[in-house]
Amino acid sequence: MKQKDLILYSGLIILGLAAPYLFSAFKVQLTYLCVLIVLAMTWNLQGGEMGYNSFGNILFYGLGMYLTASVQVGMFFPLAEWTESGGEKTFVHTTAQYFQGIGVGLLVAAIVPALVAGAIGYAILGLRGHYFAICTLGLGIAAGEIAGGIEIIGAGQGFTTPPFPAEIVDPEARGKFFYFTSFIVLVLAFIFVKYIYGSRFRLILNAIRDNEDKAEAMGIQTMKYKIVGWMVSAFFCGLAGGIMGGLIGYIDSTDVAFDGREMGVFMVLMAILGGKGTLWGPIIGATLFHFFKEGLWTFILGWQYVALGVLIVVIVIYFPEGLMGWLREKYPERFGEVIDEKDRKSQVELK
Amino acid sequence: MDFLIFQVPMLMVQASLDGILLGILFALIAYGMALQWGVMNIINIAQGDLVILGGYIAYTMYLAGIHPAWGVIVSPIIMYFVGWALYKLVINKVVDRDLFISILATFGIAIVFQQLMNFIFGADVVVAQSEYGTTMLFDNSVTLPNSKIFSAFISLLYAVALVIYMKKSRLGRAIRATAQNARAAKILGVDTEKVYAATFGINAALCGIAGALISITLTLHPYVGLPYTVRSFMIVIVAGLGNLPAVAISGMGLGLFEEFADYILGTEFRIGAVFMLLVFILVYRRFKLSKKREYLK
Repeated sequence: MKQKDLILYSGLIILGLAAPYLFSAFKVQLTYLCVLIVLAMTWNLQGGEMGYNSFGNILFYGLGMYLTASVQVGMFFPLAEWTESGGEKTFVHTTAQYFQGIGVGLLVAAIVPALVAGAIGYAILGLRGHYFAICTLGLGIAAGEIAGGIEIIGAGQGFTTPPFPAEIVDPEARGKFFYFTSFIVLVLAFIFVKYIYGSRFRLILNAIRDNEDKAEAMGIQTMKYKIVGWMVSAFFCGLAGGIMGGLIGYIDSTDVAFDGREMGVFMVLMAILGGKGTLWGPIIGATLFHFFKEGLWTFILGWQYVALGVLIVVIVIYFPEGLMGWLREKYPERFGEVIDEKDRKSQVELK
Repeated sequence: MDFLIFQVPMLMVQASLDGILLGILFALIAYGMALQWGVMNIINIAQGDLVILGGYIAYTMYLAGIHPAWGVIVSPIIMYFVGWALYKLVINKVVDRDLFISILATFGIAIVFQQLMNFIFGADVVVAQSEYGTTMLFDNSVTLPNSKIFSAFISLLYAVALVIYMKKSRLGRAIRATAQNARAAKILGVDTEKVYAATFGINAALCGIAGALISITLTLHPYVGLPYTVRSFMIVIVAGLGNLPAVAISGMGLGLFEEFADYILGTEFRIGAVFMLLVFILVYRRFKLSKKREYLK
């Protein structure tokens, strides 16, 4: 069993490292895929494991995006002048400045959203079920609307992130840089989530999902764990947002950063498609979804949102357990579940 | 930030009147929301998009040369069948399930509606001209479009008609019975499936009326549905289910809040303020209830 795991993981890592060379033309798509997996995986941690279905993780994603770009610019140039002049024309980052900026920016983009999640967590996580869902939906949209009114980060006209340094002549360098950054984040996120899956923390989250009152009665300080769970989500969402900001090169308040209509729904949908509350579900779900999206989007140009909406309805109504849930139903032995034949028979008879 | 409104008292009168008239309109949408929430236990994220669709029906009439005010009669009739079809297609499969499922499913419906409206009516901001003129009050320092007064009046008319209908008619009684206890109603011979379909249809019809009124008082755009959903949700959680006077009052309160936020914070933060208010209301209620060791249900 252990050796099998080792082969699987080393195979995946080698595949991940080789991917930008194998599929050289699809580096941007691969970066997207990594980011989507990270988002789905961390959403699953609180949506699937904790039972707190959030529509508002996009808040941290957008926050991370703005923070990375702002830090990257603000470390070397006056931020207000940058956004006013549309950026790149007046000021140019040198190579060293660019990488220093994005490094510090990503660090800030990870830590600040996690702190924000911790700060608002006590108030927001006291809400349960659908109230939590609607409240976080409101938070995400409010953040987008408010960011669209703040002058220093470009307000309605958007924020151009620093362009990749022109001194690096290799045309592949930009794609590779962003791919490997996102891949590292993906590996980190996976290791972290995998660690959580083997720990007591996950059991507590599951207890909160299954019955919060009972969990509390058993002496678990649920609020503490809920906040930590949300902070973990926020941490990785911020990182993912920071990378996407640099990759897209342009930040708009409602269409790119706090994009509840796309990213905010995608992360929920991917986790549900793959199977909530499983380690591999969101990963498979995100991959499938990305292939489906990229394969189909170009053929149904203009109709993609209609397809997306229909997809949401179909998945939610007919497929709420997701792929992993379906597999689990079909092959329970594979998931380490022992079925008592006598018990099953008696249940069938009862029906 | 801009405190002009505190220096010119007339602006305050203006904002208050605007807010109250607008709030009555919001209350009408919220009443539909409360109806379906209470009866079917569904939170409909597509509520605002139904409103906008109703508005576009009136706008189409306006383009065809008919006065858009007739939309308040035509739009609900069409929207009733839209709602009915929507129920038969999707909603009947989420009625007995987890609320989160209904939120996500209606979110999907909302996206489909937005995009279809975008295809059919274009992405421009449109408004149907009612040409009702304006009323000037207090030495011409307060202007009040007659269409707003008209819309508030029509909203009240429909709300009162609906309340009477719910009290007196057979279907109304069946709906109220189902809301109280669906199983008992079923045992006593109420066809709950029909009741649900009718409830969703009535909700959509209310949205249609509100939309037709919005098309002459405010503006229409395919993507502005969600704020209406959030407004009605907010009104419902403040007022509670099935409490019509409270719905009307909190609707007006919301309208007032919005108009004042518009003057004080600036128009660009108006929608943001609405969404932040939602968050604040929820958090406030959460803290209030947690003192009694309870939580919002």
